[in-house]
Amino acid sequence: MTTETMEAPAVASPTATPPHPLREFWGYFSANHGAVAGLVIIVAVVLLALLADVIAPHDPNITNTTIALKPPFWQEGGSIAYPLGTDPIGRDILSRLIYGAQLSLLIGIVVVAISIAVGTVLGLVAGFFRGLTEIFIMRLMDIILTLPSLLLAIVIVAVLGPGLMNAMLAVALVILPHYVRLARAAVITETSKDYVTAARVSGAGTTRLMFREVLPNCTAPLIVQASLGISTAILDAAALGFLGLGAQPPSPEWGTMLADAREFVLRAWWVVTFPGLAILITVLAFNLLGDGLRDAFDPKLKR
Amino acid sequence: MAAPPFSVLAMLRFILTRVSLIIPTFIGITLLAFFLIRLVPGDPIETLAGERGIDPVRHEQLRKEYGFDKPIIVQYGIYLARVLQGDLGKSMITQEPVLNEFSALFPATIELALCAILFALILGLPAGIIAAIRRNSIFDHGVMGISLAGYSMPIFWWGLILILLFSVQFDLTPVSGRIDVLYYIEPITGFLLIDTLLSDEPEAFWSAVRHLILPTIVLGTVPLAVIARMTRSAMLEVLGEDYIRTAKAKGLSRFRVVALHALRNALIPVVTVIGLQIGVLFTGAILTETIFSWPGVGKWLIDAIFRRDYPVLQGGALLLGVVVMSVNLLVDLAYGLINPRIRHTR
Amino acid sequence: MALVEIENLSVEFPTQGGIMRAVDGVSLKLEEGEVLGVVGESGSGKSVTMLALMGLIPFPGRVRADKLAFNGRDLLTISDKDRRKLTGKDVAMIFQEPTTSLNPSFTVGFQLTETLRLHEGMDRKAAERRAVELLGQVGIPSPESRLSAYPHQLSGGMNQRVMIAMAIACNPKLLIADEPTTALDVTIQAQILDLLISLQKERNMGLVMITHNMGVVADTAQRVMVMYAGQIMEERSAADLFASPQHPYTAALLAALPERSEGGRLATIPGVVPGLYDRPKGCLFSPRCAYATEHSRTVRPALKPWAGGHIRCHYPLGDPNRSAAINHDHPVGTEAAS
Repeated sequence: MTTETMEAPAVASPTATPPHPLREFWGYFSANHGAVAGLVIIVAVVLLALLADVIAPHDPNITNTTIALKPPFWQEGGSIAYPLGTDPIGRDILSRLIYGAQLSLLIGIVVVAISIAVGTVLGLVAGFFRGLTEIFIMRLMDIILTLPSLLLAIVIVAVLGPGLMNAMLAVALVILPHYVRLARAAVITETSKDYVTAARVSGAGTTRLMFREVLPNCTAPLIVQASLGISTAILDAAALGFLGLGAQPPSPEWGTMLADAREFVLRAWWVVTFPGLAILITVLAFNLLGDGLRDAFDPKLKR
Repeated sequence: MAAPPFSVLAMLRFILTRVSLIIPTFIGITLLAFFLIRLVPGDPIETLAGERGIDPVRHEQLRKEYGFDKPIIVQYGIYLARVLQGDLGKSMITQEPVLNEFSALFPATIELALCAILFALILGLPAGIIAAIRRNSIFDHGVMGISLAGYSMPIFWWGLILILLFSVQFDLTPVSGRIDVLYYIEPITGFLLIDTLLSDEPEAFWSAVRHLILPTIVLGTVPLAVIARMTRSAMLEVLGEDYIRTAKAKGLSRFRVVALHALRNALIPVVTVIGLQIGVLFTGAILTETIFSWPGVGKWLIDAIFRRDYPVLQGGALLLGVVVMSVNLLVDLAYGLINPRIRHTR
Repeated sequence: MALVEIENLSVEFPTQGGIMRAVDGVSLKLEEGEVLGVVGESGSGKSVTMLALMGLIPFPGRVRADKLAFNGRDLLTISDKDRRKLTGKDVAMIFQEPTTSLNPSFTVGFQLTETLRLHEGMDRKAAERRAVELLGQVGIPSPESRLSAYPHQLSGGMNQRVMIAMAIACNPKLLIADEPTTALDVTIQAQILDLLISLQKERNMGLVMITHNMGVVADTAQRVMVMYAGQIMEERSAADLFASPQHPYTAALLAALPERSEGGRLATIPGVVPGLYDRPKGCLFSPRCAYATEHSRTVRPALKPWAGGHIRCHYPLGDPNRSAAINHDHPVGTEAAS
């Protein structure tokens, strides 16, 4: 049909060819300055976490009461040896933040990995088998969504006992419904399409269909949701840490650091300011990335 | 314009359907609360009664009372029956019925939550609308950037920073509590803003207001961000609809097109989002109340965890779950009211 | 003085890939009480032209013209406020999708009385009385009870009647109907067209009928303007145009009409309307034209007066020297040989 229009490249304007999909994706993504900033921050945090042993000026756990509550270097009484100051028992805040990055990234990745693994399986099962199985799974997810997420996490941790592992499990459970819903919706839209029918007719088994045909088609929304999920995980785990239900002292987890420093808020602003800033910046970066990915995957939404 | 009579029936059917839909959710919440106690390591009777090394006679007596000698499904039945009668057990620490403690503290949480959502709406709706109208302007980018930061905010830290700024640096607001200790206000409604006005101490009202400011901002930050973002995207979508073109083709003023024709439709998804924010609000209330020593149910629950007051934890979580569920139902019904399509088709 | 005067109108939209010119050098005159058919494929710029006249080009679209006037008023310099006094009152428009063109959150009565109260300054009572009258005029049965109905409770045809009632509420001098029947059932289409024509005759209003269907304008329009890729290709009286089309594109459109087919397969036009990336340098229709030459592919023809109207073509079909000119310019059209 269109061959005739294609035959006339010589008279067409110089920008004759539409851009390649991947290039177009990157075009949309990189045009979003926020998303690029998010990506840069994440790369920086990852590097900090990986190279913590090299970069951190001090051991994050060594206490030294003679230098307790030293202010940051630019303030009177501060020293460049402890750039962001020290906490009430003389630990270097910068070093603790750098080691805390390890924990926060670990929390984000582990929690989202558990949620994605369990969530997609539940969602695929619900979408493929329908009927009672589906009603049961989806109702359960609705209930989890209905309850305030932190309340649920708190209750779970209260039962299982405080600690980083239990906090991570609780947060994973709380963000689970998003992935279940996503996977189920993908299955239901995809199974009505012709290529799945074709695969079925050619004798592909259900399991094979689920993982080989349908799953690859919901990777885009899953990647977006994963990015947003990491930010939720870091934030909720930090909140649990702050409440004393997550990572326990002396762990340099950022939320736990805040809880430790809380009573000193009136005397030493730096002990509360920096850990929270670290949480905010990291969470913001993952949210920026997630937003940017979503817009880039679906440029039509941007209009 | 009065609705024609046939839609009254449709309305009733709509309400009944929505109400019946929450029954499974209610059962789910009670099941969660029921199993919560049984998942705690150790003897559930000791957990519930809060008595360590309980004597055998009393142990047996409690076993009968809670029905621990019966099959699990019967135990759940007993529990459900007690819940429906409003019996949620007694606090191990104070020996007060959990429901009484909850109702005494709940107004404080509601007062805070209402102020927070009001704060979020008053700032978030206009910000979202203007951002949508001035798409890609500096204002739009600013609102979107700030709201993403608000959405990413660790509010427990945000509270501390605001205390640092407003209470410590500028001495403008109190650090914690609901009201200065020198006032004693007889609880009539439980809402201090109202009770102080009813009392004969006018300064008490301002004290209550000053205590509310920071917690309101802290708790309202995330909903504010979400409402601004949602309003913007809903407005953008609606502004591209055919009926907006029709409204403009009628020669209506820009204000009328935006504030009436567009906003009325954009509010539909926004109301849903506000409904979903109720859950987030109670989550935030737990943290906010902890930071500001606000005597509400959130702080009460956290305290219960550290005192291992399991009946309070069980009953409190159940009640909060039911509250959130009920609010969601109300939002659902409100959704039907503002969206005629829903009302008539279901 | 003509009711509508447009000279050299162009409308551009900046997009990710560059500037998209939706309307390109359109000139047009419309007298009072005249019925004009505007025909073209989707994306030909026919709706955008009329939206520009209405002042409804959405941001960031740009409108440029040497002249754009309605009823003697210059629309290029008019203030927004004065313009809003015209739109919806003296010039009204109805759209393709009646159901989505009505606001789902408001009753028919509210949307109808809104126009009356704004432009005619009626109070609620008077506006409602007039609304019932109007609904009756557009053939809606038991109009009183329809005032409280929501658009989703009415059929597409009924909604289009409501749209028409809204449009004629203030006795406009010009009504623009943008594909008013495309989204409707075939049986309803004829009813709506009849309604539009009878209203036009009754009130002697100008009517612009935008459509992609030559059949629709054949019975209704006095004059027809054929658009392609944002440009006017041919513009003449309906009778002349249907009897002897002068532009190869018009001829191809007419040949594609079922009622004109002489047995066998329906004629089609190969290829598609040029998009943003493949806009030809010469005549915009040349990639699909059976008579294209090297000359027509490199030099864009101007809109010139021809056979009682205007045409944008190097080789009008009625030109006696046509074959000689084509041969002189080396034909490249694929169908030329056959």
